[in-house]
Amino acid sequence: MTEKLHGYVERLKQHNGEWVSDVKDAHGEVTVFVPAAAVGDVCHFMRDDQQFDLLADICGVDNGPEEDPRFEINYHLFSTIHHDRLRLKVLLSEDSPVVPTVTHIWRTADWHERETYDLFGVKFEGHPDLRRILLPSDFDGHALRKDYPLRGYEPYSMN
Amino acid sequence: MSTAVENIPSQFDVLDNPLESQMTLSMGPQHPSTHGVLRLDLRLDGEMVLKAIPDIGYLHTGMEKLFEYKKYQQGIVITDRMDYLNPLGNNLAYVMAAEKLLGIEIPERAQVIRVLMCELQRIASHMVWFGTSCLDMGAMTPFWFTFKEREKILNIIESASGGRMTPSYFRIGGLMMDLPAGFENRVKQFLEGFPDALETFDTLITGNTIWHSRTQGIGVIDRVDAIAWGLTGPCLRGSGVDLDLRRDNPYSGYETYDFEVPVEPDGDVWSRFMVRMRELRESQKIVRQALERLKPGPIKADAPKVVLPDRDDMRKHMDSLIHHFLIVAEGFNVPAGEVYLPIEASKGELGVYMRSNGGPKPDRVHFRGPSFVNLSALPVMSEGEMIADVVAIIGSLDIVLGEIDR
Repeated sequence: MTEKLHGYVERLKQHNGEWVSDVKDAHGEVTVFVPAAAVGDVCHFMRDDQQFDLLADICGVDNGPEEDPRFEINYHLFSTIHHDRLRLKVLLSEDSPVVPTVTHIWRTADWHERETYDLFGVKFEGHPDLRRILLPSDFDGHALRKDYPLRGYEPYSMN
Repeated sequence: MSTAVENIPSQFDVLDNPLESQMTLSMGPQHPSTHGVLRLDLRLDGEMVLKAIPDIGYLHTGMEKLFEYKKYQQGIVITDRMDYLNPLGNNLAYVMAAEKLLGIEIPERAQVIRVLMCELQRIASHMVWFGTSCLDMGAMTPFWFTFKEREKILNIIESASGGRMTPSYFRIGGLMMDLPAGFENRVKQFLEGFPDALETFDTLITGNTIWHSRTQGIGVIDRVDAIAWGLTGPCLRGSGVDLDLRRDNPYSGYETYDFEVPVEPDGDVWSRFMVRMRELRESQKIVRQALERLKPGPIKADAPKVVLPDRDDMRKHMDSLIHHFLIVAEGFNVPAGEVYLPIEASKGELGVYMRSNGGPKPDRVHFRGPSFVNLSALPVMSEGEMIADVVAIIGSLDIVLGEIDR
């Protein structure tokens, strides 16, 4: 089942070996680890040459404050043509949680990136309108980080 | 909250020169046609929308944070409250993600019941969409007819799960309990009356000239834009893309059912309307097929450390009692790993990203809500249209704010 998915990864590697730092295969899903700086180029290549035309989701993960790299950004790619799925993963350290935007490749990345910024504090360089989306603009902290308490720091009031 | 629209003209400027200036209208969050608590910043030239900026988050309850503090089986009840018109679909995506991590096989009967219930729920969800989107455009009568049909389905769901809006019927490894006596007859009774109801809707709305002029050519998004904006479900099929995850990424045995995927080419409100109307007939077909396949058999997987034992077994077997105690008190450990599981919910691709670090609570659960993504494309569809058409476009997107804000 995953041979076909590995085929996409092979073509990606052939195009530029530096774009793929690691590949993981589990539960019938293939994850490609991509250096943060190369995300834009990889996504361009995946969309134009490999027909992954639909970005299903961008999802951030926090591994915890003591881990390094602390943050992971998962890009779930999907194709409306061959119906395959692939996950791109970017690892980010706590010191520089910055990753280039992919809004110019898929317009749908706009809200996904705003959500990830809102809840994890990861910045997307080049995003046209990077502001909070679910939480109020004056909210303190990033709620889905592991070191953010479940009930927040203090009773929050809407002013 | 900061307004995102720049260069807002002063109030007096609008009053003095009503024809020469633009105004900013804040539509919602308490507007009935915004289907919940959506706020739109509309920048208007007369009645024409120059810029539309959705403002969401009024219903944000931090569900994704909450999942990390709850055991896997406790998370199911949270999913009911996301897309509250399609709770069984949410249950299904969540439990299937956990099952994929655990590597559990689900018995045939449970699979068939899942498909049956999900398709009934899809019809119920479309009934709410149909009623409210007509209501938004001033047609009140269809609302009463659709809610009558929905009520019948909710009664069926209640008879099986005990809950109308919050069933939590699917469990990790199978179902909460088997179907009650007389369930099949209830569904058959509903199916007998439903084709007549569909005909009533067609008579009321589908062939209505006013309806045609309110929907055709309004809120157009073409095929290329629809894919770039990540639309899924009926909104994407309304733009001429032939994609249905039930057929293209099949799950729960959907590949064995015979149904068609309706596609409309125009990408306007009318196309999205027609896709859903035709989908109702297809869902009905799937329900009929599932009813025929209902054979007696187990409804829970053979995984005693994950699935709660039967009440009867607990009285007779010591190990069942121990398993029950451990599952309830401590939960079950899920092997470390990550999965992304997409299903075709009534509104589009509902994806669950779940990551486990080996414990009884998930490390991260993320829901890719179809409404969230579909709403993000609203500005493209509504810019250049009239205010009254914005209402029609929101209705055609079929959004649920509970899922958008989570």
